[in-house]
Amino acid sequence: MTKEIIKIEDLKREFTMGTETVHALRGISFTIKEGEFVTIMGSSGSGKSTMLNILGCLDQPTSGIYEIDGVSVKDLNRNELATIRNEKIGFIFQSYNLLARTSAIENVELPLLYNSKVNSEARRERAIKALEMVGLGDRLHHTPSQLSGGQQQRVAIARSLVNNPVMILADEATGNLDTRTSYEIMSLFQELNKQGITITFVTHEPDIATFSSRTIVLKDGDIMQDYKNDNVQSAAEELAKLPKQDD
Amino acid sequence: MRLLNVFKIATKAIVLNKTRTLLTMLGIIIGVASVIAMLAIGEGSKESIRTTISAMGSNMITVKAGSDTRGGVRQEASVMESLTLSDFQAIKKQSTLLSYSTPVVEGKGQVINGSNNWPSSIYGVNPEYLSIKVVDLQSGSMFTDAEVQTASKVALIGQTVVDNVFPDGQEPVGQMIRFNNIPFKVIGVLEEKGENTFGQDQDDVVIAPYTTVQKRILAIDHLNQIIASAVSEEEAPNVVIEVSNILREQHKLADSEEDDFHVRSMEELISTFSSTSEMLTILLVAVASISLLIGGIGIMNIMYVSVKERTKEIGLRMAVGAKGADILMQFLIEAILISITGGVLGVLLGLGATVFIEKFLNWPTSVAMYSIVISFAVCAVTGIFFGWYPARKASALDPITALRYE
Repeated sequence: MTKEIIKIEDLKREFTMGTETVHALRGISFTIKEGEFVTIMGSSGSGKSTMLNILGCLDQPTSGIYEIDGVSVKDLNRNELATIRNEKIGFIFQSYNLLARTSAIENVELPLLYNSKVNSEARRERAIKALEMVGLGDRLHHTPSQLSGGQQQRVAIARSLVNNPVMILADEATGNLDTRTSYEIMSLFQELNKQGITITFVTHEPDIATFSSRTIVLKDGDIMQDYKNDNVQSAAEELAKLPKQDD
Repeated sequence: MRLLNVFKIATKAIVLNKTRTLLTMLGIIIGVASVIAMLAIGEGSKESIRTTISAMGSNMITVKAGSDTRGGVRQEASVMESLTLSDFQAIKKQSTLLSYSTPVVEGKGQVINGSNNWPSSIYGVNPEYLSIKVVDLQSGSMFTDAEVQTASKVALIGQTVVDNVFPDGQEPVGQMIRFNNIPFKVIGVLEEKGENTFGQDQDDVVIAPYTTVQKRILAIDHLNQIIASAVSEEEAPNVVIEVSNILREQHKLADSEEDDFHVRSMEELISTFSSTSEMLTILLVAVASISLLIGGIGIMNIMYVSVKERTKEIGLRMAVGAKGADILMQFLIEAILISITGGVLGVLLGLGATVFIEKFLNWPTSVAMYSIVISFAVCAVTGIFFGWYPARKASALDPITALRYE
């Protein structure tokens, strides 16, 4: 049996807005196993962002169980959550969130700066390796302003890979990209997934879900659908089908 | 290791914002530079006062007769005749902290040499006078104790007297002059000392044995002053006490009676004059400190802006695993680096300004090591103090809100 990376049981998250209580998540249960490529879908207000914050250990559930890589997140303090984020999760954001005027390699090194177990030589080595994995081995010293949107997102992916996380957590990672570039990014995700990396992808675009192996659809804080995708499409093939770009 | 990384991050942020950092530092730079320059000017003037007074003999003790009441009439101190030769002998015998001492009688009169004459003052002293006043001889020699004993009519004269009664450039030593019609043989010329701090010409003097002056010129047997020098400057206050006690005993004063004499040390004079310039220094430093404070507020302001501007960056750092303490340290180190670099530049500018003031304005200056240490410490404290709140604010940010911040 493959290892369970994420285990969620009857997870609830409530927000108090004045006198009213908003139920953002109303008792959700699911597990994600190692090597899965899961998309979490839902329209705005479905609890998708709340789910993402909890999965990313940026937020704590009101009740229920959330375990990541065997560690129960409940009752962890701010600093312990930071360590979990540092060692177990790789974040990818819609707007890349790279540090401006800072080279690609330094951006990728960032998570390792907060990990005292990694010394500066290992840090550099791992950053170079991660950038090579996303195909930017020749752009180590470019700053974000010298890179295209797709390249910037690749830097961000390299950054998420550098700490060898148990799961990559992507938030609308293709939302700011055109169709061609987003297919390129998706094919990169599929490649990484083939190498055994677990990926959780939060999105509201249905066609992104066709590239993943499993889809969880949220609505009003509940799971509406949770299905295996038997017919996973290859982003690389879709990319080939697109009309040739005028150069 | 981890702290080193945070340090690197902070340095990088400073390097990326060179102009802004430099402008932020400016307040600190000007503050520190002015504190150092002001203190240097203050110390310089204090030192110059001390040097002039020291030239008069910094461990000198002066005893004068005090004022008294005679038949209900208050008398001026100078007419008192209470200080006597036996007082001097008692002090000389009993005091343990004096290296030299001399009785002093003084009078005014006309110095005459042939057809030239000049009004001057005559001081009757013993041979130790030169050591107390720190005066050397230009030519000739000092009279001896034997000459004092016999009340010889010998005298030493200052340069001003020489210039006025020997206008032809004659060698004065060996010549005869008259002081109030009493003939004196000139046996030496005093080294030129110029004017003292109070504008008195120190070269306009005639020095003779006190016995001669007492008997032949003033016809008195009391003394005007006793001057002495303490073994060291530090002992001067103790000498004042010791001499007072000896004199009280000599004058058989009951405990209830006030001193009928005054004992003064130069130290008192120095502190009187220093306190004026010290007051000035305090005012200058106060003004300079205000600019340092404003510099600190400048840092705080820019750190707040920086935290606000980099909210998203802070969110990202937290998302990838930075703890609150890491963020706190990052901004704190940044603030401290700004203030300390500003401090270093300020010290350099202050030293430069001091050199400039000394060279081009000819004001005496003296850079005190403590002023550098203090302003440097103040800088570091300023950085911590004014950097703390913005840094605290940054570290307390919620990563989710910070990440969504636009």
